[in-house]
Amino acid sequence: MIRARCEVLSSRRSGVYWSVTLVAPDIAEQAKPGQFVQIAVPEGRKFILRRPFSIHQASRRGGWAGTLEVVFDVVGPGTAWLAESKPHDVLDVIGPIGRSFQYPRELTSCLLVGGGYGAAPLYFLAEELRSRNKFVHMIVGARDHERVFKPIEGKRLADTIAITTEDGTMGQRGRVTDVLASVLEKTGAEVVYACGPNRMLRAVADHCREAGLPCQVAVEEMMACGVGVCWTCAVPVIGLGGRGWWNVRACVEGPVFNGARVWWDRWLGDEAEGHAASPDGFARMLEPERVEARPR
Amino acid sequence: MSTTATSLTVDLDGVLFPTPVLAASGCFGSGKEMSEIIDVHRLGGIVTKSVTLTPTKGLATPRMVETDSGMLNAIGLQNPGVDEFLSKDGPFISSAGVPVMVSVAGKSVEEFAQVTMRVREMPGVVALEANISCPNVERRNQVFACHPDQANQVIATMTRLTRLPVFAKLTADVTNIVEVAEACIRAGAHGLSVINTLLGMAVDVENFRPRLASVTGGLSGPAIRPVAVRCVHQVSRALPGVPIIGIGGITEARHALEFLLAGAWAVQVGTANFINPDVAIQVAEGIAAFLDRKGLSGVAELRERLQLPDRVAEPAYRSG
Repeated sequence: MIRARCEVLSSRRSGVYWSVTLVAPDIAEQAKPGQFVQIAVPEGRKFILRRPFSIHQASRRGGWAGTLEVVFDVVGPGTAWLAESKPHDVLDVIGPIGRSFQYPRELTSCLLVGGGYGAAPLYFLAEELRSRNKFVHMIVGARDHERVFKPIEGKRLADTIAITTEDGTMGQRGRVTDVLASVLEKTGAEVVYACGPNRMLRAVADHCREAGLPCQVAVEEMMACGVGVCWTCAVPVIGLGGRGWWNVRACVEGPVFNGARVWWDRWLGDEAEGHAASPDGFARMLEPERVEARPR
Repeated sequence: MSTTATSLTVDLDGVLFPTPVLAASGCFGSGKEMSEIIDVHRLGGIVTKSVTLTPTKGLATPRMVETDSGMLNAIGLQNPGVDEFLSKDGPFISSAGVPVMVSVAGKSVEEFAQVTMRVREMPGVVALEANISCPNVERRNQVFACHPDQANQVIATMTRLTRLPVFAKLTADVTNIVEVAEACIRAGAHGLSVINTLLGMAVDVENFRPRLASVTGGLSGPAIRPVAVRCVHQVSRALPGVPIIGIGGITEARHALEFLLAGAWAVQVGTANFINPDVAIQVAEGIAAFLDRKGLSGVAELRERLQLPDRVAEPAYRSG
């Protein structure tokens, strides 16, 4: 984890999303897929917390060496401020933060499932997996075709890609989980990685647990500090062997977790009931709408 | 940075800090995480996250919501319990090279006693801070600092069990903070940490729901600074000679100077660490520059310098 002042190399639209590329050689050198950075957003005189952004690309070689790219949607004052940044602006960045996706040693066929711009870190992951000679399959979904994140890039990177949109304007109509079983069967994928809305992660993790497949998820939770001191971003995780549970920090003990160990019911509420049946389910009803203060 | 010989060292009646700017409890862990990105040796000190007797899981998420000029938190004192604290954070604290105050919390007087007995011999610890004012507890009667008698009991129990100086952390959520401050000093508190977060609440109007899972939480950040400065002023006037650490919404040197002029002997910086991990170091540098500019030799001189109007109709610090 490094704190650095990073120059903005470019700030541009990426479809309906925004993309900011930073000159951040020290952070890029260390960054791994699934990790994130905390960017200070000094919006005028306002006292405003840093915002977490997952790392879409960290380039260590070639013409883009030493750069870091984050992708986001404008959902509040922090992301609006960042979207306004111009080349040569200097940002205060802390990173890379958190536990990254773990690469399989033995298994060779990987399925990467992304929802919305939550798919962003999966392209970084796909490159790293390919460089380790793994097969990479992808499912990328979104509400509509405009929100499908970089489908052409996905086709270039992945051995196979399935695209879903809820309105049917691109790929198959439906959600990523609607095609999960058939893609797993067709590709024979042995390990699953997922990043996107928490509810999608839960559905993917549940499916994988039933199918006996290892599944890593990069979660999102509100955070204040992002460096492990404030204990805001708590995720309930079940102990090894199913014994006991503890609230762990999404920032430094996540954001990537073993999907089978996250206690989804406690964290997001009991979905099967369709309503919060217990005080614990309260958390789901109160899921913050302001997604910017959560890692992607 | 100041290049003159101005000393920033503060002496809180025997408790020495190299600068008057400490990192506040709950905003810095024990310093281990932050030591990756800042030079903790340049801090005035670290106040640890509060430790309880047994592991505490804390509250459901969302635990935090940003508000105008501040934030609400409802962590619920999550910590691994004092035994794991000793084994995991103890080694860092003993070799941190910076004075550490351990923040002690509990649901009962007995729990405060048990934790005090376990942390009192920790190397590197210069004082204890009694967190008797955390708003995120199961029942309001566990906010001991809301009641002079209960505050007195906790502090008296702690001070009987250790020679370490005990600072009582107060809340502004009371009718008369001076009364509670006096009760703590009578019980043997060495000094006072003023103030903890203020109990607050935010509502998501679109969804007709509170924004925090636990409905209410503690408000911190610049929004609470004027309240905190007022409390320091009241308590310091009522209890001259008692070391007071001012806390609440400090993000820059000017803010710290407000507290030091109002009567604080030192300050703690909390929420601002989340945005700028170097903030306590920079605030100390700014204080040094200010002292130079004003031709003052030390922080303690500021306490005498607040010029109040000759006649205040009803001083807020007067009892009764």
